[in-house]
Amino acid sequence: MSAKNPEYDFKWCPGCGDFGVRRALEFAMSDRIINREIPMENNVVVAGIGCSGNLVHLLEGDQPYGFHGIHGRTLPIAMGVKMGRPDLNVVVVAGDGDFLSIGMEHIGPQAARNLDITAVVMDNAVYGLTKGQSSPTTELGVTTSSTPYGKLEQSINPLDLYLTLGASFIASGFSGKPRDLAKLITAGMDHPGFAIVHVQSPCTTYNDTYQILKGNPRKGIAPLLWDISEEHDSSDYASAYQAIHSGGWPVGIVYRNADRPTLNQRIQAIQSKVKQKTTQELLDAYDI
Amino acid sequence: MVTSAEAMAQAAAHAGYNAQTFATFPSQILGGPTWTQTHVSTSPILSAGDELDVLVAFNKAAYENHLSEVGAKGVIIYNSEDFQLEDDGKSFGMPIEKLAKSTGNTRAANMVVLGAVASLVNMPHDYLVQFVTRRFTRGRANDQAIIESNIKALALGREQAVSSGFSLGTIPHPQRPEGQQILVKGNDAVSLGAMAAGIDIYVGYPISPATTILVWMEHNLVGPGKFAYQVSSEIEALTALLGAGFAGRKAMTATAGPGFSLMNEGLGLAWMAEIPMVVVDVQRGGPATGLPTKTEQSDLFCCMRPAHGDVSLPVIAPGTVEECFYATVQAFNWAERYQGPVILMSEMSLAERAQNIPKPDLSKVVVENRRVYTGNNGYMRYDGPGASPMPIPGRPGSYVANGSEHDPIGDTTHLPERHVQMTERRFNKLKLLEDGSYERMNTEEPIAVMPWGGSKGPASEAYKLLMEEGTPLGWYFTMYLHPLPPALLEELRQKELVLVPELNYQGQWASTLRSQGVKAEAITQYTGLPFKVGELAERIKERVNASIKRTVRA
Repeated sequence: MSAKNPEYDFKWCPGCGDFGVRRALEFAMSDRIINREIPMENNVVVAGIGCSGNLVHLLEGDQPYGFHGIHGRTLPIAMGVKMGRPDLNVVVVAGDGDFLSIGMEHIGPQAARNLDITAVVMDNAVYGLTKGQSSPTTELGVTTSSTPYGKLEQSINPLDLYLTLGASFIASGFSGKPRDLAKLITAGMDHPGFAIVHVQSPCTTYNDTYQILKGNPRKGIAPLLWDISEEHDSSDYASAYQAIHSGGWPVGIVYRNADRPTLNQRIQAIQSKVKQKTTQELLDAYDI
Repeated sequence: MVTSAEAMAQAAAHAGYNAQTFATFPSQILGGPTWTQTHVSTSPILSAGDELDVLVAFNKAAYENHLSEVGAKGVIIYNSEDFQLEDDGKSFGMPIEKLAKSTGNTRAANMVVLGAVASLVNMPHDYLVQFVTRRFTRGRANDQAIIESNIKALALGREQAVSSGFSLGTIPHPQRPEGQQILVKGNDAVSLGAMAAGIDIYVGYPISPATTILVWMEHNLVGPGKFAYQVSSEIEALTALLGAGFAGRKAMTATAGPGFSLMNEGLGLAWMAEIPMVVVDVQRGGPATGLPTKTEQSDLFCCMRPAHGDVSLPVIAPGTVEECFYATVQAFNWAERYQGPVILMSEMSLAERAQNIPKPDLSKVVVENRRVYTGNNGYMRYDGPGASPMPIPGRPGSYVANGSEHDPIGDTTHLPERHVQMTERRFNKLKLLEDGSYERMNTEEPIAVMPWGGSKGPASEAYKLLMEEGTPLGWYFTMYLHPLPPALLEELRQKELVLVPELNYQGQWASTLRSQGVKAEAITQYTGLPFKVGELAERIKERVNASIKRTVRA
């Protein structure tokens, strides 16, 4: 809606990876409403704080519902929406700072619950909106505005983290190929359970990684991105672990376990056994 | 486990007396000094009582800790299996466990105690027998044997008391209150109120003294569309409520001071994005971890002004167990009406107190629901000077619920005039909540007392004493602390002095009243315990007399 809203003055920098992620999410949501014959209003996009979170205002075409909240809390907000209305398709969009630094405490619990939502994480390994500080995925030793003598922490491997925490669907993608990315997001939305689509989405202003991600043969730079082969068994934990630890950034579905019940399914199973008491019955239990 | 004191309250309430318990216990699972107090009367009870008529000491430490609380004519029953006392003219020993064992039911120790205590006040034995019969008739094969052993235990306790020679006179016959009564704790009354208001979602995190609400909800908030869940922190709890409220559901959490502090940022978002929810703060002693199992009223400042920026949340603080029920219903109604978070302030002394109250008539409970948008897409959700119909995901009317300053459709903006418009919109909505009721007595008096929250109980008993003595004093009470009923505020502003008994150091409610132009002065206590009626009455009287003398001199 905001493309036509003169009052909304936020802009992504030219070449920002988040343009491609937005496009991919638009493709995935459009496909979904056509395939499932549901209105766009059945989608809810819960956005984090940072450049990436502004995606919720920049979506074009039919508008989903949006929730642009506070820093780091996309996952529990999404949990409230999903458990309040299990019929809705709930998508989280957040950056590496929001999702993996201030918000990291929420990944483990949602993975353990297998909350049926899809998180699209836009990783540019830098805090862009606050002008270039280090993030959890910034490499050790890298100079940023907050690490003038080089970053002192080793970077985390987010895919490894998700696998360890028990996410039931993990995909890794690249913002430069929106059509391919859309397929991964669709697969995440179709997955019954907690899905994370981790996207390399470069920041052209503070951390332009396009060249090292795609490689440059003329300069002798090998690409960090590599496609996961069709033979990869994504249902196999050991294969997923191996793919994550093969160096570079895999592109494709890393891990998928569709056998685990979702939180909502577990609740349905309990509720079919527990007798619901009326408020009157509950009150009567206190009669003198 | 039901303590002897709780059994006493149940038996007394069953017989038609008024009964109230008050308990405190340390933050540990096993052992430590725990005590429960029961106050039984033929007239309605609003406080735990000042001094003990009977102290039942199960061990030496309990005896030593509570000896000073026993009244001049009080009697001490001690467990002679655990320790011995010299003949002090006010105590007698009883081998409680051994007597229970002799009935063939080792779990009947409570009934030995109950039989003895009831005998000291000549409570008719039949009442206890009826209570035991009803309580243990559970449709099991051994019901009869258990009933008989408990009745035997009552009789053994009674014999011990009779042969001790002590007596506290005869308690008058109970005047059974009119209408059906229930015996309920404050936290359960909050839970029942939430159910009556139509709660859909409860998300919480364990914390004393709010945990029992979480546990209650996990048991009872089940069925289609209902969801009760323990999450990983109070931050998760509050932000999950944001999602649930946004999705059209009625949602609540309950916490205590430390959890409430963690919820601050999320509460600001709820105010900003206009999301209905109810947050219960069952206060304990603070700050930081403070006194987790003691009572205090020291969270008022943080409840009235949580979060950063221009935020002012509605606050409702019930003063009795009965009000806990109705306050919760009204908290939901307010949240739905103005579309934002409402804070319900309870406190440990209300939460853990079991009391007989008139049974709420559910058919008379008024439940409000938010206005819902039913039009087409392209809706300006945040348009207009006050609350507007709320779109619900899944239906047309998509918008962005935004914690950044926003334009009418929810997109972020930095325009000065927009921030002015939206700030005023958010504060205007509070005007929808100026329908709170209040109590008033002797309004012609220039000096009045106005407690808040759980101090209402001791303050109203103190007020009764002062009225009997002829102290010139008005009385005001409301559980609607913010926004205050406008007519009440106007009356308070006319007073020469408004005395506020409250359990905190800073005099938080008195200070808040002063900021609204009321000449208020606090009477504070910060021991972690409720006011004692006699002491409070003395302090109020001293202050009133000092003020009158000043006036006469002038």
